Amino acid sequence: MIELRGVTKAFGETRVLRGVDLSVPRGTSMVVIGASGTGKSVLLKCVLGLVAPDAGEITVDGRDVRAGDRDAFLARFGMLFQGAALFDSLPVWQNVAFRLLRGALKRPRAEAREIAVEKLRRVGLSPDVADAYPAELSGGMQKRVGLARAIAADPEIIFFDEPTTGLDPIMAGVIDDLIREIVTEMGATAVAITHDMGSVRQIADRVAMLHDGVIKWTGPVDALDASGDPYVEQFIHGRADGPIAAVR
Amino acid sequence: MRALAPLGALGRAVLRLLGEVGRVALFALAAVSHVLRPPFYAREFAQALVQIGWLSLPVVGLTALFTGGALALQIYAGGARFNAEAVVPQIVAIGIVRELGPVLGGLMVAARVASSIAAEIGTMKVTEQIDALVTLSTDPMKYLAAPRVLAATLAVPVLVAVGDSVGVMGGWLVGVARLDFNGAAYLENTVNFLETWDVASGLVKGAAFGFIVALMGCYHGMHSSRGAQGVGRATKQAVVSASVLIFAANYILTEVFFAA
Ligand SMILES: Nc1ncnc2c1ncn2[C@@H]1O[C@H](COP(=O)(O)OP(=O)(O)O)[C@@H](O)[C@H]1O
Ligand SMILES: [Mg+2]
Repeated sequence: MIELRGVTKAFGETRVLRGVDLSVPRGTSMVVIGASGTGKSVLLKCVLGLVAPDAGEITVDGRDVRAGDRDAFLARFGMLFQGAALFDSLPVWQNVAFRLLRGALKRPRAEAREIAVEKLRRVGLSPDVADAYPAELSGGMQKRVGLARAIAADPEIIFFDEPTTGLDPIMAGVIDDLIREIVTEMGATAVAITHDMGSVRQIADRVAMLHDGVIKWTGPVDALDASGDPYVEQFIHGRADGPIAAVR
Repeated sequence: MRALAPLGALGRAVLRLLGEVGRVALFALAAVSHVLRPPFYAREFAQALVQIGWLSLPVVGLTALFTGGALALQIYAGGARFNAEAVVPQIVAIGIVRELGPVLGGLMVAARVASSIAAEIGTMKVTEQIDALVTLSTDPMKYLAAPRVLAATLAVPVLVAVGDSVGVMGGWLVGVARLDFNGAAYLENTVNFLETWDVASGLVKGAAFGFIVALMGCYHGMHSSRGAQGVGRATKQAVVSASVLIFAANYILTEVFFAA
């Protein structure tokens, strides 16, 4: 269970988060929607402790995320970054198996490689790419390698920052299915950010809409169409006019 | 009150500078403590040794060769003013091993290595690779900074030793080819004249300069601001600050080692 209470964060003059309240029950898949630049990525980074919130509290299973053993805490997480964030000095398989090659989860190299190849297959990449370097791959392929890295150590909690942006529709479908599968089969808790309404319906149990630094609406995915919330309405139908300004 | 405005600006600049010095000092302490505490990343250390040490050999060697040659010409011309041309081997040797070998070697490494470390780590920072490291339970100080700092501290003295030899050889080549010195006598004079501490002090300087170079590369890379411009600025600051700190450290070490 992930809980955020009154989380605020400003960068200089820009107040990005202005009091975010959100809870994600264990084993569910939460999708966060919202216009670009509203602070969705910052929100995930606050939970992981990569960005220090100015105020508010964030707990995972009742424990403050900034207290206690950071390594043990982070070992429960997998994160797919918006820009994939692959290590360009390492070949693809060592990126995927990064956690398995060092630290507490270290395994023999051959075994780590085997797991990496298997995870690559799950995200629709052939074993040939295992020895390529990230710079040799297309953006969509890098994204999928990032996804493979996020799930490599079978984490309990997975964050996906725009997992299907930049993928073709078929591959996007494959990734949506994969995320759904990870949540239902492995019982993982997932928080995904996406702009693709098809993906939202495919992967979400619950949806939260971030706007103006607060969660404007949250509810089960089935209630999305009948939310009655003007922000959600405008967003899911992609209208230029409405409460969300088109020029930001 | 208006008359005091420049004072206020000066005060702020001084405070900013002090703040920066404090941050660099803390960063240096953290880097050293990570060098000393496990886990150690052997692979990253080996790569850093190759990058910083092995691949810097050509530029350090060429710098020393030409400097040794030019030094021989200058000392010969200067010495001729009071009929002391014969001191060329001794003065070239002491100039190279005590001062020019470590300082010019350090500067060349600053240009080559501080820049590349800052650009690499800065790019990692702006593309969220540093964030990714943290989420993968790997401390960027330990994984990125510690191996580079250790490698540079160990490799630069070796580079200085090579530079010393090549520099003396540069002087010898010019001495023999252009200034009519006897080759064997030149070398004998050099060897008999130099004391162990002349050479060793230069190597100690090299270690200090190597530490400075890697530290500045890592510090500015990790504090890079966003975008390509941010990385460009970090790279520039790494080279400038490493160079200036090398000169400052060189003066302080020379004062400590040789002041009468
Ligand atoms: N490290 C940072 N420094 C300064 N500003 C930042 C930083 N990270 C994010 N921002 C700003 O915060 C806002 C929200 O960014 P982000 O969370 O990436 O938006 P999105 O909802 O598209 O993911 C943007 O205006 C961005 O410029
Ligand atoms: Mg984002």
